[in-house]
Amino acid sequence: MTSITKPPVRHPGLPKNALGFTVRDYEGAMSTLCAGCGHDSVTAALVLACWELALPPHRAAKMSGIGCSSKTTAYFMKQSHGFNSVHGRMPSVTSGANAANRDLHYIGISGDGDSLSIGLGQLSHAIRRNVRMLYLIDNNGVYGLTKGQFSASADIGSTSKKGEANLQPPIDPVLLALTLGATFVARSFSGDKAQLVPILKAGIMHNGLALVDIISPCVTFNDHEGSTKSYKFTREHEVELVAADFVPLRREVIAPETDAAVSVVTMHDGSTVRFRRTPEGYDPTDREAAYAHVRACQQRNEVATGLLFIDEHGQDMHAVSKTVEMPLVELPYEQLCPGNGALQKLMEGFR
Amino acid sequence: MSGINDFAFKIATVNGTGSASANSLLMQAIFRMGIPVTGKNIFPSNIQGLPTFYEIRVSKDGYTARPPDVDLVVALNPSTYAKDVATVRPGGYLLYDSSWPLEPELVREGITILGIPFGRMCVENFQGDRDRTLLRNIVYAGALAALLEIDMDIVRQMLVEKFSKKKKLFDANNTAIRLGYDYAREHYQCPLPFHLEKMNATSDSIIIDGNTAAGLGAVYAGATVGAWYPITPSTSLMEAFKGFCEKFRTDPETGLARYCIIQAEDELSAAGIAIGAGWAGARAFTNTAGPGLSLMQEFIGLAYYTEIPAVFYDIQRTGPSTGMPTRTQQGDLMSLAYASHGDTKHIVLFPCNPEECFYLSVTAFDLSERFQTPVFVASDLDIGMNDWMCKRLTWDDSYRPDRGKVLGAEELANVKKFSRYLCVDDDGIAPRTLPGVHPNGAYFVRGSGHDKHGAYTEDSDAYQEVVDRLTLKFAAAAKVVPEPEFHLQADAHVGIVSLGGCHAAVLEAIDRLREQGLVADYMRIRAFPFNESVKAFLDSHAAVFVVEQNRDAQLRSLLAIETGMPRDAMVPVLDYGGMPLTAKVVITAVADRMAQVLA
Repeated sequence: MTSITKPPVRHPGLPKNALGFTVRDYEGAMSTLCAGCGHDSVTAALVLACWELALPPHRAAKMSGIGCSSKTTAYFMKQSHGFNSVHGRMPSVTSGANAANRDLHYIGISGDGDSLSIGLGQLSHAIRRNVRMLYLIDNNGVYGLTKGQFSASADIGSTSKKGEANLQPPIDPVLLALTLGATFVARSFSGDKAQLVPILKAGIMHNGLALVDIISPCVTFNDHEGSTKSYKFTREHEVELVAADFVPLRREVIAPETDAAVSVVTMHDGSTVRFRRTPEGYDPTDREAAYAHVRACQQRNEVATGLLFIDEHGQDMHAVSKTVEMPLVELPYEQLCPGNGALQKLMEGFR
Repeated sequence: MSGINDFAFKIATVNGTGSASANSLLMQAIFRMGIPVTGKNIFPSNIQGLPTFYEIRVSKDGYTARPPDVDLVVALNPSTYAKDVATVRPGGYLLYDSSWPLEPELVREGITILGIPFGRMCVENFQGDRDRTLLRNIVYAGALAALLEIDMDIVRQMLVEKFSKKKKLFDANNTAIRLGYDYAREHYQCPLPFHLEKMNATSDSIIIDGNTAAGLGAVYAGATVGAWYPITPSTSLMEAFKGFCEKFRTDPETGLARYCIIQAEDELSAAGIAIGAGWAGARAFTNTAGPGLSLMQEFIGLAYYTEIPAVFYDIQRTGPSTGMPTRTQQGDLMSLAYASHGDTKHIVLFPCNPEECFYLSVTAFDLSERFQTPVFVASDLDIGMNDWMCKRLTWDDSYRPDRGKVLGAEELANVKKFSRYLCVDDDGIAPRTLPGVHPNGAYFVRGSGHDKHGAYTEDSDAYQEVVDRLTLKFAAAAKVVPEPEFHLQADAHVGIVSLGGCHAAVLEAIDRLREQGLVADYMRIRAFPFNESVKAFLDSHAAVFVVEQNRDAQLRSLLAIETGMPRDAMVPVLDYGGMPLTAKVVITAVADRMAQVLA
């Protein structure tokens, strides 16, 4: 949430997109997140995705709530308007903004606390309304800004940094979105840029709400033995615990490029996550199959990633409301006010 | 005392049995006879089976407050007989359904009891339970037409208008009206001593409820985004907006809507939608009541601190908590004025009737965009849901919305560094930009501490600079919000201060007090923050009465806090049982107090 801008030094040979912008033009303020945070990798992927799409920055709006994830809206596209609203309420603010101006690209960034606890209702209803927006959940299973409480995506049995075990079942945003009728559902990993960037691009261009759940490890509060949602059972060996007041400087976690159906990613602490990529021949337009696939992966202690479901024919909020094509903010007042003649005619009905 | 065109009657029925249409038929017929009339619907918070009442006041002098006395009660609900009989004024009348023997509760000395076998006549003349139940209401309307001398040509004309395409229904209703009318004429001396005579006092008036007028006002103000969560008594406001939008805002060629209404999952979301739309540049609003207002608090603070326009209608009902959802009150004054945590102050407008709901809606949107802040319209159940006789609404076609200081693409092209909260004028208002217009206008909205450039800050001075400017902005608003309405008289003994729906009762009380030799000046406050003239009025009256509908004298507290007037120097006149205010409450309070003072 800093306003420190990055130095505008540019390599002269940086490639330009269709608008003549380099990737640096899509960057924002310096991140204030912990070094090695998965969220910064998501931001980097977003920068790349928007640059590759040649999105005019001022035609995009970055929307967020409260939390580590929500802060990242300041860290990219400084020439875009941004709205850091209140905790768990990004979906309603975005719904309103989209109602008023349907022509902007809305990039909503939320986290597992923001969307699965305090904002679960808002997430659900934005999905039902099918507001045209990219909806990212930077999912780390933990409340970072308040120093390490469980979030609603933490798995049963995973432990906090203090050793306390989580006893409540997790909420899986992917299964939830599939159940609620979402028209675009994907999951990825913050360290897998190769998979993430195309998903983000597809999500931005989707005509409806595109939900992308991104497993994004918290290096400070969820990077120890017994932590994380589905990480625990795939852990291969013990690692050193990290002290609460010490933030280790680490390199971000990068997923090895592989074509294998399951990729094993080594986390900061040496634990592993197995990402089940969508199998060949997988039909991402079959909601039932998508649900079954995610559940089957879960039962094998794997995390299903990739573009899991898409319905390109779903009607967005404006199609359902039959709103005019021109953004409402651009309608001249003359088209909104019926005038005194109509009022006097109307008054006859009140006599 | 009652007389020609000056009386009140009350109909006691069970809700969900179709009495509402008969009651509005009666009221409208009286209105069309050119006689000033008001209706108050006292209804329960359920759908079917509980007692409901409709009070109609006829007043040749144009008094529209709830009547002080009831001259005639139509008692059709056995479960409330005893209470209903007690509400008849001494010497008044009671009309009951004589299909069954007279209930002992109905017997009372000093009133005249009239029986008409409504139920039996319906059984004899109509088929099926549904028709018999529904038409019983029309039969009593017919009886009242005879007893009160309602013009039957007008009643017939109204039935023609209502059932022009449904001949069967017209015939049934026409028969029912005649049944009641003829029975009353054959068995009783018609009309009663108090009754109707045609006047010409309503030709420039309409009958409308405040929520309908407010919804219409939002259309004329150019609002395009409405967000809401259903809640009594505000629901009909958005329904009205929707209806008028469908009529006036449907593109004639494509059939597409020039508006977007979102029924949200709760009031938090409704507030968020309105604020998001306001940020994006639309005129947006939400409508709610007390419980919804409580839920919206966090968002209200966000809009205040980040300076985003949005209009909030609060149709107040009886609190606290769920309270009495179908009863009226002015209990949200304090929570509106200072809504949300931290230092916050808001512009609040107080319409006194449906007519003002229409005009102040437009003012609310203008003020909201001009001052880049949430603006509240504090209506209430009595204004919002009851049918009031008001002056016909008119519109000035030269009106254009005040969009405030908004930088367009051309201006932004020359801006090197846009600072969102940098203000160079003395009104405390910094120019804003809208998303999507120009890259130079981009900024980051944050509810967290920010400096004048919009950047995050934890620096005391940078933080204070912004919140101090908000104070300046609020002070500037006090100069342009609607002035109070003053009714001043020579040699006034006392000053009365009130607001909103109390207005009609206070006006009536002032007339009665003058007859008693007590001359009162009157100031009806129309907006918060208070204009300078509010303090001047308080200062210039030795005795000040503050009339309002809540337990804790909230308006008095606001006046004390904001004007510095000592709280105890103002005498509270409070009525908070949930019913619309009657003049009697004001007369008694002022007269008693002044008698004490003089003694």
